Amino acid sequence: MWLCNSSIGRKVIMSVTGVALILFLTFHACMNVVALFSEEGYNTVCELLGANWYAVAATLVLAALVAIHFIYAIILTLQNRKARGSNRYAVTDRPEKVEWASQNMFVLGVIVVVGLLLHLYNFWYNMMFAELIGDPYMGPCYAGDGYGYIVETFSNPILTVLYVVWFVAIWFHLTHGFWSALQTLGWNGKVWFQRWKTIGTWYVTILMALFLVVALKFAFCGGAC
Amino acid sequence: MAKNISFTIKYWKQNGPKDAGHFEQREMKDIPDDTSFLEMLDILNEELIEEGKEPFVFDHDCREGICGMCSLYINGTPHGKTETGATTCQLYMRRFNDGDVITVEPWRSAAFPVIKDCMVDRSAFDKIQQAGGYITVRTGAPQDANAILIPKQNADEAMDCATCIGCGACVAACKNGSAMLFVSSKVSQFALLPQGRPEAAKRAKAMVAKMDELGFGNCTNTRACEAVCPKNESIANIARLNREFIKAKLND
Ligand code: HEM
Ligand code: SF4
Ligand code: FES
Repeated sequence: MWLCNSSIGRKVIMSVTGVALILFLTFHACMNVVALFSEEGYNTVCELLGANWYAVAATLVLAALVAIHFIYAIILTLQNRKARGSNRYAVTDRPEKVEWASQNMFVLGVIVVVGLLLHLYNFWYNMMFAELIGDPYMGPCYAGDGYGYIVETFSNPILTVLYVVWFVAIWFHLTHGFWSALQTLGWNGKVWFQRWKTIGTWYVTILMALFLVVALKFAFCGGAC
Repeated sequence: MAKNISFTIKYWKQNGPKDAGHFEQREMKDIPDDTSFLEMLDILNEELIEEGKEPFVFDHDCREGICGMCSLYINGTPHGKTETGATTCQLYMRRFNDGDVITVEPWRSAAFPVIKDCMVDRSAFDKIQQAGGYITVRTGAPQDANAILIPKQNADEAMDCATCIGCGACVAACKNGSAMLFVSSKVSQFALLPQGRPEAAKRAKAMVAKMDELGFGNCTNTRACEAVCPKNESIANIARLNREFIKAKLND
């Protein structure tokens, strides 16, 4: 199958899973914003996305997307190291046009995965997982009380810092990933290059700012304001 | 007015692909700064030969920026640093300063094994070209120049792609050892012209398959290639190759 056997095919897999994950993050950010305005509203969303068949199915699809993106990231990175050869340059100079993020996508991705595991442990494990095993009072709050978990998580300054680091890593990953995905799919050219870069930077900056605002709001004033 | 500069040169010595290789170092004295980089290496080699030592081996041919043979990785940049894009043979010593340490390395990439010192085997590029970098034509009497009308913009762009001289600097610069800028330029120079269209799908598939088979890496769009390309090839070519390739595979 050309998707697995050719270099461009493997990149298509990276970009399609990457774009799907960006769309998911967009949905997630919109959902989080509800927590800024209404505890009830947010918890209604959480109930809808509890252990219902559609939410569980969507979770499985997401898990598959992350797994495929991650596995192909490892395959690509290993192949690329091999292609580079065992002899490293003694002196290297990064041209100005080359963004730092573009050369560190794998490292950034590893930070993203570690952050993801922490996040799943803080929220998903106590919420959807608790409901799935029929023990909704397993964690510190009731399983459907997403709002309670946000307050709980960001009352811990260490967790808040870790989440901010995580958001910054995702931001870096996506400032390159956004236009890179379109380039890989062939939807790019001399004119669109700068346009996609600008659109991508704005898009991911707004996206990650939404996550950041929610985290900081709860870190600094909990559920109180 | 040319002035003279003195500097230290560190150059890579390696006896074939299996050898570990090492740097050798030498002080170069009073080199006029209108000397080209390769002429400076000629001076180095004359000195070495006079002392009965083995000369330093590097590739070169036309010495006027058109053949793509010269290939030195100078102070961390393929072909050395210039603002406009130039091959090693077009680099002049006025780009350097008195007292500099100049490090010269070969293209380092698994697909370009070292033959000797800084001369590397780039026949992988020939094999990619042979896989599809041509059009099949019935040769006969030359046709009337206006028999096939081609928009000026396409003709210009195809010409820009065709200026790729196959030097391999793009591979040397790429942390993934990817040959996508070269392959995409060679695919684009035909894809943009009506004469190239009939075999476009076949060509994209064959050249990419050969590129993968020869062990070049997967492109992650870092743009290091276009920053060092002496012919200023654009990664827009890579987007075009991706388009051609994906379209070809979807139509199979
Ligand atoms: C929040 C989750 C993530 C999102 C939204 C995301 C998104 C993207 C996007 C859009 C691309 C560009 C695809 C392309 O150029 O074809 C990409 C590339 C890449 N990602 Fe991710 N990614 C995520 C997580 C990860 C993880 C966990 C890893 C694993 C270490 C990873 C490693 C990579 C690598 C190595 C590339 C290739 C570099 C490139 O082509 O530009 N990513 N990602
Ligand atoms: S694309 Fe540029 S750097 Fe690469 S082989 Fe052609 S001329 Fe050299
Ligand atoms: S020697 Fe021909 S391009 Fe430099």
